[in-house]
Amino acid sequence: MDARVHAFLSVDKSSALEAARRWDARRADADALPPLAGLPIAIKDIICAQGLPTTCGSRILEGWRSPYDATVITRLREAGAIVIGKTNLDEFAMGSSTENSAFGPTRNPWDLARVPGGSSGGSAAAVSADMVPLALGTDTGGSVRLPAAFTGIVGLKPTYSRVSRYGLVAFASSLDQIGPLARTVADAALLLQVIAGRDPRDSTSADLPVPDYSASLPDGVKGMKIGIPREAIGAGLQREVNDAVLAAARVLEQAGASLIEVSLPTIEYAVPTYYILAPSEASANLARYDGVKYGLRVRTPDIHAMYARTRGEGFGTEVKRRIMLGTYALSAGFYEGFFLKAQQVRTLVRKDFTVAFGSVDLVLMPVAPTVAFKLGEKAHDPLQMYLTDIYTIPVNLAGLPGISVPCGSADGLPIGLQLIGKPFDEATVLRAAHTYEQSTEWHKARPELT
Amino acid sequence: MSITPSIVNHVARLARLELSPEERERLVHELAAILDHLAKLNELSTAGVEPTSHVIPMTNVFRDDTVGRSLPREAVLEGAPERDGEFFKVPPIIETEPES
Repeated sequence: MDARVHAFLSVDKSSALEAARRWDARRADADALPPLAGLPIAIKDIICAQGLPTTCGSRILEGWRSPYDATVITRLREAGAIVIGKTNLDEFAMGSSTENSAFGPTRNPWDLARVPGGSSGGSAAAVSADMVPLALGTDTGGSVRLPAAFTGIVGLKPTYSRVSRYGLVAFASSLDQIGPLARTVADAALLLQVIAGRDPRDSTSADLPVPDYSASLPDGVKGMKIGIPREAIGAGLQREVNDAVLAAARVLEQAGASLIEVSLPTIEYAVPTYYILAPSEASANLARYDGVKYGLRVRTPDIHAMYARTRGEGFGTEVKRRIMLGTYALSAGFYEGFFLKAQQVRTLVRKDFTVAFGSVDLVLMPVAPTVAFKLGEKAHDPLQMYLTDIYTIPVNLAGLPGISVPCGSADGLPIGLQLIGKPFDEATVLRAAHTYEQSTEWHKARPELT
Repeated sequence: MSITPSIVNHVARLARLELSPEERERLVHELAAILDHLAKLNELSTAGVEPTSHVIPMTNVFRDDTVGRSLPREAVLEGAPERDGEFFKVPPIIETEPES
């Protein structure tokens, strides 16, 4: 099946089978098994797992094998999960369609002519097509939530710093966050439970207790206040998406929540803010790919030419575009007008959410303005591609937890509902998402891939 | 926003990125279009607004100054494009960089 979807870049078949046999042998001892015992999990190929390739979807790291486990991988192994392979992505997680992979695109299991969303498109497609029950993605501007919406599964971006980034190859360090992809909210909660929490190896990881996410799922939404931003509904939104999201809000209302209109006036400035901050951080983070310590080296007699040619040949079009954009924004004479300005607008975006959360427990809006688009449809228009993330990017800028849960369908393609919570309040996000999911049938729909 | 070929050349040089003539040509137009969109931020007044560099309030994070385990040297050098014993090997670095 993966020959047509192309969710995986590498599969670790022999180790996975061996681990599966080990867990099978312990099945009789069910009470003593760890929470994810024997469960296969797919890992976005930007997270390091010892001995396995980590390409980041880039020629510049082709063939490189990670000498260590990321903290999330260590925790998954301790919990009994089996890492079965690494999944496709937009190169260095830069993209919204998984078309920017140097190793070819991933296709949407619902319609092979369409994109699965990105950048964690391989992880989302693998879960959607029932290749694995669980996967990890990363979300810098929507890269877990968007592919979850486009492929009809659940994707959660935790609060920034909730999950350790140690062993996650850095794209934009102030925004990057690892998150679970799963078929149901309960599964996503189980996976978050395993990976969340303080890690001494990531000094930015939050030193806060991790609540029992699964335990509070059945508590419902009675008395919960849910805000709907007036700027996020109506204009610019595919009609079916608009209708499905509003219908989902009413389902939560019937379950006992109250709906309140809120305002996020700076939401329309989030995309330009992001496309200054993320490329700027990326241009610094990707300086390390210089042909010296790992990956590709283009051999030249002098070192300056080696740096430039290695990077020129190793990076793809979108990565080069963002390195150029970021370098420009940080260069002398432009720093204050671009980078500093964007950091100030980021403060305004955060403030909008803080004000909204003064009167509500959750914010509800679409994940994406449309359902999955066709391969090639936006590939030659970077700006149109960037605007796909108009509803997900504000959440990264503010560092908040957000989930995508299936809430409808248009032309046979899934639609995602986004629920956004207060910092470190993943429990409320999961609880509302679970309540919604269990009141509807959308999460049961599966693509007919035969 | 006007982006000239010489700006693209300058930025590519800062980024240590070799670009083909076609890539340079395309970037002149693409960067101009993207920067035009980014200029939308100028509609907002940000006088006196504190910049956000990190969303989670955090001051210095300390740890005990104890020696921990490092990655085995051999495991790391295995990924190197070129090595000389226990060192990364690179082309000569002493010459001064040519001006462009």
